[in-house]
Amino acid sequence: MSEPVLRVAHLYPRLMNIYGDRGNIMCLRHRCEARGIGFELAELGLRDRLDPAAFDLIFAGGAQDREQRGVVDDLLATKADAVREAVEDGVALLAVCGAYQLFGRFYREASGAELPGAGIFDLHTEHPGEGVRRCIGNVVADWDAPDGPRTIVGFENHGGRTRLGPGARPLARVRSGYGNNGEDGTEGAVYRNAIGTYIHGSLLPKNPALADHVIRLALSRRYGDVALVTIDDRAEERAHAAALRLR
Amino acid sequence: MNPRTIAAVAAGKLAGLASRVSRRGGGTAIAGLAALRVDPGVVRRLASQAGAGTIAVTGTNGKTTTSLMLSRIASAAGLRPLHNRSGSNLMRGVAAMLVEEATLTATIPDAKRRLAIMEVDEATLPEIVREVAPRAVVFTNLFRDQLDRYGEVDTVAKSWERALAAAAAETTLVLNADDPAVAHLGRSAPGRVLYYGVDDAAAGIDSDEHASDFRTCLDCGAELAYDVTFYGHIGHWRCSSCPNRRPAPHVRVTRVALGQDATSLTIATDSGELHVKLPLAGLYNAYNALAAAAGAIALGLPHDAVVGALEGFSAAFGRQERFSVEGRHVQVLLGKNPTGLNQVLRALAARDGRKTMLFFLNDGIADGRDISWIWDADYETVQPQTAWVLAAGTRAEDLALRLKYAGFGDDVPIEHSTATALRRALDATPAGGTLYVVPTYTAMLEVRELLAKRGGARRFWEGA
Repeated sequence: MSEPVLRVAHLYPRLMNIYGDRGNIMCLRHRCEARGIGFELAELGLRDRLDPAAFDLIFAGGAQDREQRGVVDDLLATKADAVREAVEDGVALLAVCGAYQLFGRFYREASGAELPGAGIFDLHTEHPGEGVRRCIGNVVADWDAPDGPRTIVGFENHGGRTRLGPGARPLARVRSGYGNNGEDGTEGAVYRNAIGTYIHGSLLPKNPALADHVIRLALSRRYGDVALVTIDDRAEERAHAAALRLR
Repeated sequence: MNPRTIAAVAAGKLAGLASRVSRRGGGTAIAGLAALRVDPGVVRRLASQAGAGTIAVTGTNGKTTTSLMLSRIASAAGLRPLHNRSGSNLMRGVAAMLVEEATLTATIPDAKRRLAIMEVDEATLPEIVREVAPRAVVFTNLFRDQLDRYGEVDTVAKSWERALAAAAAETTLVLNADDPAVAHLGRSAPGRVLYYGVDDAAAGIDSDEHASDFRTCLDCGAELAYDVTFYGHIGHWRCSSCPNRRPAPHVRVTRVALGQDATSLTIATDSGELHVKLPLAGLYNAYNALAAAAGAIALGLPHDAVVGALEGFSAAFGRQERFSVEGRHVQVLLGKNPTGLNQVLRALAARDGRKTMLFFLNDGIADGRDISWIWDADYETVQPQTAWVLAAGTRAEDLALRLKYAGFGDDVPIEHSTATALRRALDATPAGGTLYVVPTYTAMLEVRELLAKRGGARRFWEGA
């Protein structure tokens, strides 16, 4: 069998890039190439169509409200159906912050107006009103990883409060920080091979176990269970350990 | 003078003195807070005495350097600046500066010749515009910075637009035509608008920087297109779908030559050309000089004062500032957000030779608690020329990981103590060589303090 290749579609890399989301792509590339796994990246912007069969992983990051409003129309018009089809077919998805909200069922603005989402995850997000504090700060969350309990560390900055429906389960439980809504202790969402989260920082570089989990999920559809050899993660583990000590 | 203002000046002076005596600190914030508590109108009542009026400078990057340049230009033009030069740019910092300059009767001495030059924090600008009705406001640029504190970049842009819509018709806006967010402010201006920009397309870059914060048209939401990109979202922009585009600048750089330590500029104005050899490197400093020149022109200051002050300029604290310590040169280059840092790294890469590099990443309130922006900064730019590197600061581990990705190796050493980091870096710098220190804001203050103790420079609040 030839070497596996991870084919990644990065949605709206120019418009949704506010919280260092580029670090997630750099991380995926590094962790593939260090193991001889090919890495192919396609950047899809406004009006670009998404071929649901052409990718192993779909990634989208955070945006400001103004850019997000521009993106939501385009997402629903040109990409949402394809993303849904891909996820149902087992393609992996990683959605961080703004994209996490966009991939839910709807977003209710402070004014009460409802913006429809792509409906990948069974969740919805409500903005509690302009006077209510945003959820901002360092996060440590407990994650039930495939190989046992682990932690996910990073930073969150979101106004909207997200609540999961019965069709989605949380990615993790916050040990410190707000997570989905600051009330029920949940952080992020998982549906099939799709993961959504509020945690950036960038998310993947200092959470190498989560990065490898995403790579494994993404490769599983075409290559089955791919063994990922151990690589030098000293700098990654050091940064992860340091983040566990932050307030 | 209003007895309340007199009491405010006394309270401010006393608080500043007490702070300085007790902890050798700058005392600027405390003096200003004390004065504002006694008289919330103290800034207006003191600043309004300045015969030449007030000019305010705001924006994400470059406001400290631009306002210092304006201050030097004003001096060269025979004025005496009232300038919050310590970089304390909230209302309290402006108040503290004015209180220090005022006499005990709350009068500004030599008032006729005074020009108030206020460096103003982005979020404080609306209050300053309301309080002092400046003759001119210079906007440098708008980038993401401390998202955890200011909220989104759009929040800042909207607060500016609201403030300017209510500004006096006598207030001239001095706007960067090359920044779509800043240029857009010209729409809501009740008064005169003076645009400045770089016309010289040869200074453009091919590559698209990752730190670019305004990608869409503020009128219609379509994506912006660029004929020339200078850095970040600064360039010759136009909307891909509606008529919104970069306005033609009134004060414009027609030729720029970037050197290792200096920059040659030709600035064209409606009243003739200025030729400036600026002793600072980097296109971002050319923009700072251009903004200062445009501000001076808006106030009607003479061209020879502009040229003379810019050619004799020395760096603002922590901005390409040079020190001499233990037979080594130390240059401190503040890098506090991705766009600013990219400009610093670009200027460094243009300099010959293998470099000793000390990077700091702090996550204090004044730095921004969120450090994810380091993933949008191009540390890769200086990696090939780096002979020695140390990752320091409260978030040294995150920085070391970012540097690993930039090709600095799996084992970038880390150091949390600022003093130890500086000690290690000085030891690693060959005698006669240069140590480049690239800190975030709070680390820059600590580094300067340490360098001052080693006899490298005077403290910034003591004046130059």
